[in-house]
Amino acid sequence: MRNPLNSYIEAIPPSGIRKFFDLVSEMNDPDVISLGVGEPDFDTPWHIRKEGINALNKGKTFYTANAGLLELRKEIAKFMKRKYDLSYDPKDEILVTVGGSEAIDACFRAMLDRGDEIIIPEPCFVSYKPCAIMAGAVPVVIDLKAENEFRLQPEELEAAITDKTKMVFLSYPNNPTGAIMEREDLEKIAKVIIEHDLFVISDEIYAELTYGDERFVSIASLPGMRERTVVVNGFSKAFAMTGWRLGYAAGPEPIMEQMKKVHQFAIMCSPTLSQYAGVSALRYGEEDIKIMRSEYDRRRRYLLNKFNNMGIPCFEAKGAFYLFPCIKKFGMSSDEFANAILNEQKLAVVPGSAFGNSGEGFLRISYAYSLEDLQKAMERLEKFIETRQSK
Amino acid sequence: MRERLLSAIENHARISTDDLAAITCSTPEAVESELSKLEAEKVICGYHTLINWDKAGEETADAFIEVKATPQKGVGFDQMAAQISRYPQVESIFLISGSCDFIVFISGKSMREIAMFVSEELSTIDGVISTTTQFILKKYKQDGFDYQGYSRDERIVTT
Repeated sequence: MRNPLNSYIEAIPPSGIRKFFDLVSEMNDPDVISLGVGEPDFDTPWHIRKEGINALNKGKTFYTANAGLLELRKEIAKFMKRKYDLSYDPKDEILVTVGGSEAIDACFRAMLDRGDEIIIPEPCFVSYKPCAIMAGAVPVVIDLKAENEFRLQPEELEAAITDKTKMVFLSYPNNPTGAIMEREDLEKIAKVIIEHDLFVISDEIYAELTYGDERFVSIASLPGMRERTVVVNGFSKAFAMTGWRLGYAAGPEPIMEQMKKVHQFAIMCSPTLSQYAGVSALRYGEEDIKIMRSEYDRRRRYLLNKFNNMGIPCFEAKGAFYLFPCIKKFGMSSDEFANAILNEQKLAVVPGSAFGNSGEGFLRISYAYSLEDLQKAMERLEKFIETRQSK
Repeated sequence: MRERLLSAIENHARISTDDLAAITCSTPEAVESELSKLEAEKVICGYHTLINWDKAGEETADAFIEVKATPQKGVGFDQMAAQISRYPQVESIFLISGSCDFIVFISGKSMREIAMFVSEELSTIDGVISTTTQFILKKYKQDGFDYQGYSRDERIVTT
């Protein structure tokens, strides 16, 4: 029999997150504490869930327009304007998708030709590279550096650009590092991008989870960038709606028109009930975001202080719900460290190497867990460190 | 600082001063001093534990008692409220609008004990016109804690 498989797909390695957590689930030990999950621990706020139920009660069980309910797109436009000073026409510049993930896939397929290079700074979420490959593009990785707090530097970008480069991937606030890019950082990057006539896909799914005094800045809001940027965002992280699978993309009409084509033929439309719930989220969810953000922020500061007390270097990440402590001084790889702490202290964390080579020597610590869980986890980490230091 | 501190300990009362300092961007000394002030001003009125006594296997009974009363000259309802408050069985008392004057929340070992308290003590207080006792049959949510809420983490590691 002939090989039934697509050789491109076959060659894509499985997700490093899954690899490690298959190990954890094989242990099947109820005493294991995990700081591995990358989704909010909060329930979707009740008013949003109620809107989903209302929609079901009213029989809103049909397809919506391909681009999504116009009512929802209008709310998205208002939200983007209010929050990030971005202006998009809900009629033809916003596409409602099945989570941010689908928006990324549709964007790649609509914009990248076979052989086009897309620059992907790592560490980053595990889906970007495979999606680029599936779209026929060539991912070119930049290894970001801890000393720059994992912010993309203009020189790094310059060095990665070739005559085949078409697009740059930005994902800030970042999973797994929690890094953010401030306005000045983005301005330097924008300059390079405009000079080389490149496009940007900006995954801003964690935008609402930005801590400290600075507000989140979207690269699309900088001069000359709107026309060359596709912004990806969604409801999963800001409103604790991961399972609803609701996201969106916004960008210039000619690009969105082609993305809509991909979405229309592959997906048809996002789940209708989720779209109705999404309207309520954007209209009445501001207070929910505030409550969740301030709780995440407490946990973030709690952990930073713990790492500091334990002597584990960790830069002050100001976004998402991850910290990325450096464990190089213990003389183990991230994989070895994660395995050892799992076996000895029953604490599960994701090795940084799951997010690219530049994640080697780091751990991803999720704080989408209650403060009580984090306290237990830090006790275990402390015990583990003690045994390593006395060795 | 004050608001940050209060909102942090409202749901995390057992947290150490050191951790509290970290999460409120302060120092342990400043936290200690602010907490003492808040305690002295009775802004912080205590550090209580919410216990599900049913789960602990303890027999308990709780009731809401509606109390109708005659206000007293010069002091209104305050003196009577102070008198009712003195009983250790009384967990809470509120002056309310509507069909009665006070709602009194009482906790006891049994319904009988509560019934005895109401008939022998509460209803004999001067100025109390009548009482209506409503026993709690089942608690679903208390002080913001949902007794029926899911406790298992069903999230899987994919992202």
